Amino acid sequence: MPKLTIDGQAVDVPEGTSILQACEQLGVEIPRFCYHDKLSVAGSCRMCLVEVDKVPKPVASCAQPCAEGMVVRTDSPLVRHARHGVMELLLINHPLDCPICDQGGECDLQDQAVAYGSGQGRYLESKRAVPDKAFGPLIKTAMTRCIHCTRCIRFLEEIAGSPELGAFARGEHMEIDTYNGQPIRSELSGNLVDVCPVGALTSKPSAFTARSWEYRKTDSVDVLDAVGCAIRVDSRGNEVLRVLPRLHEDVNEIWINDRTRYACDGLRYGRLDTPYARQGDRLVPVSWTEALDLIAQRLPSVAPEQVGVLAGDLVDTETLFAVRTLMRTLGVPNLDCRQDGATYDVADRAHYIMNTTIAGIEHADAVLLIGTNPRHEATLVNARLNKRARRGGAFPVGIIGPAVDLGYPTIPLGTGPETLLALAEGRHPFADILRSAETPMLILGSGPLARPDGAAIHALARAVAESCDMIRPGWNGFNVLQRAASRVGGLDLGFVPEPGGLGTRGLVEAATQGTLAALYLVGADEVSFVPSRRTLIIYQGHHGDKGASLADVILPGAAYTEKSGTYVNTEGRVQKAERAVFPPGEAREDWAIVRALSDALGRPLPFDTLDALRAMMWREGPWDQGLGLCSPVPWTQASGYDARCVEGTRVHEPFTLPLPSFYQTDPISRASPTLARCVAEWEGARG
Amino acid sequence: MTGESPSAWHPQGAPPDFRFTAENETLARGIVGRYPAGRSASALLPLLDLAQRQNGRWLSPAALAYVADFLGLSPLKVREVASFYTMFNLEPVGRYEVQVCRTTPCCLCGAEDLWKTCRAKLNVEEDGGTTRDGLFSLKEVECLGACVNAPVVQINDLYYENLTPETLNTLLDTLAATGPALPKPER
Repeated sequence: MPKLTIDGQAVDVPEGTSILQACEQLGVEIPRFCYHDKLSVAGSCRMCLVEVDKVPKPVASCAQPCAEGMVVRTDSPLVRHARHGVMELLLINHPLDCPICDQGGECDLQDQAVAYGSGQGRYLESKRAVPDKAFGPLIKTAMTRCIHCTRCIRFLEEIAGSPELGAFARGEHMEIDTYNGQPIRSELSGNLVDVCPVGALTSKPSAFTARSWEYRKTDSVDVLDAVGCAIRVDSRGNEVLRVLPRLHEDVNEIWINDRTRYACDGLRYGRLDTPYARQGDRLVPVSWTEALDLIAQRLPSVAPEQVGVLAGDLVDTETLFAVRTLMRTLGVPNLDCRQDGATYDVADRAHYIMNTTIAGIEHADAVLLIGTNPRHEATLVNARLNKRARRGGAFPVGIIGPAVDLGYPTIPLGTGPETLLALAEGRHPFADILRSAETPMLILGSGPLARPDGAAIHALARAVAESCDMIRPGWNGFNVLQRAASRVGGLDLGFVPEPGGLGTRGLVEAATQGTLAALYLVGADEVSFVPSRRTLIIYQGHHGDKGASLADVILPGAAYTEKSGTYVNTEGRVQKAERAVFPPGEAREDWAIVRALSDALGRPLPFDTLDALRAMMWREGPWDQGLGLCSPVPWTQASGYDARCVEGTRVHEPFTLPLPSFYQTDPISRASPTLARCVAEWEGARG
Repeated sequence: MTGESPSAWHPQGAPPDFRFTAENETLARGIVGRYPAGRSASALLPLLDLAQRQNGRWLSPAALAYVADFLGLSPLKVREVASFYTMFNLEPVGRYEVQVCRTTPCCLCGAEDLWKTCRAKLNVEEDGGTTRDGLFSLKEVECLGACVNAPVVQINDLYYENLTPETLNTLLDTLAATGPALPKPER
């Protein structure tokens, strides 16, 4: 624990802390360009120079570990002079085009030039110019602005696990580029815009749209996968212009994937902004009263067993709670929040969440991935696995299912349930690796669970977790990697068929046959079937996507940026998203629609405000840990592996991956022109 | 290196296939063996040199990829390294690589005249250019470390020292006439 003095203040820091980090502890600001908290140290920009007593020259504080008795000065004439010099050097080749640069207003170089520069340059010679690069539809380049901090190179290599960028040539001729000028393919490429301290890499879709000070910034949570990344929604007027990550060390650190970041322009297209009702073959706009009356005329006359509800992937927990409460009041037994058709046992909360938590992956020392491509299904979970793998030490990652390139070494074990069975019975060599590990874990994808034999596979995976000793005091290595933001919330609230009720598959079947009188699709957009004309299909949601195309009545709802909502991520972490803008046109917040519907049906729900709803919901939800946190969930030991696990399993049928496309997974991303461009650019060739 | 972006290397036609000759492969394995296990990336520079010598004094994309594969490195990293060092050629060069030293002592002793002589004789416009017959490539280089006999020109692996425009002229003529073997530099 070295003790040192910084600007006259004594500080005690752990061994290995750099001077820059020690300064941050004290709140002393050190300007920097190449240094980034989450990346390795490059020490190339020299902006963080400080003066250390008995050292003749200024020291790069990002790369210098603290030593006992150091006396550091961060604001001496020497340091100021050094910063002036570095700044002048960096600005020699940097164009002074801030007025037309998208980084302007949120640019490290601009800010630090004002704060630490000398105010004038002496360079009169010609500046270098660098050709721009084609980095694909997401990243716009202005490489003349590049100051060679290499943050982008380090980000792709260390965080994204796909080293696609390099620095070619040297000195004045140095340029950042991909190997052969191909576009950047990483699913995390949008973060390059954030890590770039200057305007060399900017966001192509939002080029020339707004200045940083024009945005209204709203803290929110991403719903386009089940990771629940902390995001900031930037809007101007009633339009969401961009989505940026927020720091959440336990979930997404400071990164988000490209779908999360760039799907926001999908919020402008294909929106349902007024209620619709089917007349003949056409959907015609109607008023809210007409739409609700239409439902009120049809529903009460049918038996509750003739009604079904399916909830979609982006639905907030409040709406799920309101719908479920309404259906219990009406006595409807057929409801399911798993529109992928999964039927596995969800009686136990530990059986459908990620028990290790995302941050807990860093403590794991062996991983078994079952039928999942975390890179596409939960990019930030994969980033955490990559972080763990890069830290070194033994970290075998076995994969059962299709071979995928995850950016770190993996071991292919097999393709389907038979391998899982071999592991459960201890016949597979990887079982010994898992058993001898200190903290083994498995990640069961949502794809295998959606198979007709998903319940058996789930039981088999639990058996593997138990037989490979993954559940120990203080460590539960059983993880289900959910893919839908609403899933854990729905399961927590019991949004599953009542005893004797129909689940997703049964409901779809009944609606196709016409044995169902009404099917209420709450944002359910991943089911496609041809409904019978005898079944009334009610769709509530925000986009004119698959669900709406089936509907007889459409109730326009709000997208995740347009309502205050609670979401439970795949770890079981309850998080709240705030409203950034208002829903378009006649669209309303979803819980309010359900409340209005309950009135129209003459069975009003017992809450009139969102707060009252939340109070009721929190009383029912298994969320003792409180908002934003995870707590260990007790594990119910199964009776060990037995033959029932394999009963009904199609042992030899290989696992398949559930996502046909990384970029288009839900109504919002399917409506996004930017993500459509990504698909057109390279989806076919993607691994 | 002027004008063109350093990343825009265009191989002449389809990249020729590259692999070490049996003799070079033995050499290469020997070089890798000099470094501790798991540190074979350290052998990158000598291996690139070996590949360049085998491949007609330049590193084609195929050669870069081969060396990357040989050491288990990504081709991107190998290209980064190869492009950092000016002595690795990433574009085809002539049979004779004429490297005129331009650093102070040579410059004071008449390197500029040598440069002009070469430019005029070889009719090469830009630094690093190759004559149309593919015989000569002309380059300005920094100090070759032979200041005692300045001005100096390095042609392929040999130094020609105490040159004058006349002797250089004769030398270039001899090279053009005699074929691949380099005349022994005079002392």
